[in-house]
Amino acid sequence: MNYWPLLGVLIIVIGFMKRWNPVLVVILAGATAGLAAGMSPAQLLTETGEGFTKNRYLAIFILTLPVLGALERSGLREQAQTWISSKKSLTAGHLLTLYLAVRQLTSALGLMSLGGQAQTVRPLLAPMVEGSAQAEHGSIGPKVREQLRAFSAATDNVGLFFGEDIFIAFGAVLLMQGIYADNGIALEPTEIALWGIPTAIAAFLIHSFRIRRFARKLGQAVKQENSATPGPC
Amino acid sequence: MLTLNHIYVVAGIFLLYIAWQGWRDQGNPKRMTTAAFWGLLAVAFLFGDSIPPVYMGALAIVIGLLAAGGGLATGSYPVVSQQVREEKAALLKGRLFIPALMIPVFTLLGTVGLKHVTISGHALISSENTTVISLGLACIIAFVFALAMTRVKIADAIQSARSILDAIGWAAILPLLLAVLGGIFNKAGIGNVLAELLTTALPLQYPWVAVLAYGLGMVAFAMIMGNAFAAFPVLTIGIALPILVQQHGANPAPLAALGMLTGYCGTLMTPMAANYNIVPAALLELSNKNAVIHAQIMTALPLMACNIILMYWLIFL
Repeated sequence: MNYWPLLGVLIIVIGFMKRWNPVLVVILAGATAGLAAGMSPAQLLTETGEGFTKNRYLAIFILTLPVLGALERSGLREQAQTWISSKKSLTAGHLLTLYLAVRQLTSALGLMSLGGQAQTVRPLLAPMVEGSAQAEHGSIGPKVREQLRAFSAATDNVGLFFGEDIFIAFGAVLLMQGIYADNGIALEPTEIALWGIPTAIAAFLIHSFRIRRFARKLGQAVKQENSATPGPC
Repeated sequence: MLTLNHIYVVAGIFLLYIAWQGWRDQGNPKRMTTAAFWGLLAVAFLFGDSIPPVYMGALAIVIGLLAAGGGLATGSYPVVSQQVREEKAALLKGRLFIPALMIPVFTLLGTVGLKHVTISGHALISSENTTVISLGLACIIAFVFALAMTRVKIADAIQSARSILDAIGWAAILPLLLAVLGGIFNKAGIGNVLAELLTTALPLQYPWVAVLAYGLGMVAFAMIMGNAFAAFPVLTIGIALPILVQQHGANPAPLAALGMLTGYCGTLMTPMAANYNIVPAALLELSNKNAVIHAQIMTALPLMACNIILMYWLIFL
């Protein structure tokens, strides 16, 4: 067995530990693994070209940006913040927990495209979470703002990942069924999908617990940051 | 019939416009290379299928090197003052949400509803990649609607999009390059080598060792490959089926589901899952590109432990 392609994995591990530019790390790792496996440079380029062309859909989220551009120029974020701050009982923590639940449930029903980082987190969820935090704790600084945004993005991912696997027609479920079928084990998709439910519940409990803790400390974090940087900016 | 290619053409034209605006942006110290980056990406979208793969590969490497070699910078973008935005928001109020909500809702309707629509015997949209096609269509409809409602000029809306794109920078192509890397790793047989190393090095005759090896292996592989899908076949065929199912008599259904979900915990913790972890950090204009991963680690680790314990319990029930 040829062990040399493992050098590619090594480059990835080192590259990320040393914080090299990820694009460079990926190109280097691919070239190393490919050459070590005995591919010619021309083969490697062909492989790259085919893969790049086939996976262009991964960048199609850019088409949402002109819509966001037009709306954000017209005050979408401001409107999201105004609207949410009129809902006094909906704190940042409640909002994130509610989003998590809805994202998990809709994904479990196969409605994965109902959310997303470019589709809902940037234009709606993040500004609303910021707005409700602001309504509750006063003006927030850049550090807390970053944390709120990162938590919004994380909540979308967690909700998606641990909801979609319950949906029987989801790619991962079909992949599992297919691989088992190739190896002589016949299973129905529902048999596999049902076993995703305990994890889905655990994911909701763990992440909503973290949201609660984060929201509790929010007031203190806001105060701390505001006292560290005096004056409005 | 509407296919993915039509959406790619729209994306290509959009990127060409971005490149052209970037080219004229005197406020960008690296306007030439920034414009070249988006321009070449536009070429990949417009002509990706007609350019021979070898040349497309070379083009992808050039795009990558432009990004990796520090060729991208942010420029100056015509902005709207906070005051104007607040005035407009006060005027448009809740209507501003409509185009934003149109994107997910129309994507969903398209995915569910347009799949089987035929016009005089021809399918309206291709049965493959309906979600991506629907997303593209939804964006186009929402854009037209948003322009009509807000009376923002196309050029200005694109300028705002360009400010976000330039902030995203190299992260925009990282998911594509990672997918390519996954393919090369696959051809190089890396998964099989790692699985072989695991099975020879570990005492897998103990069920709990095999469960740990499968679970942690899924996490590690998902972190290296950027997704659990690529890890699943390798470790399931390498460890789960021969050792856990055939030797220890594990129940295959919960084994597969929990194996995959344990892998997802790895996906939450790796920059290699760029579209979930790095692109959002850029989209939200976070100064730390790993901020989303940091926010996820303390969910991923306990959940990983939970999954492995659940696995050990449920597969031998």
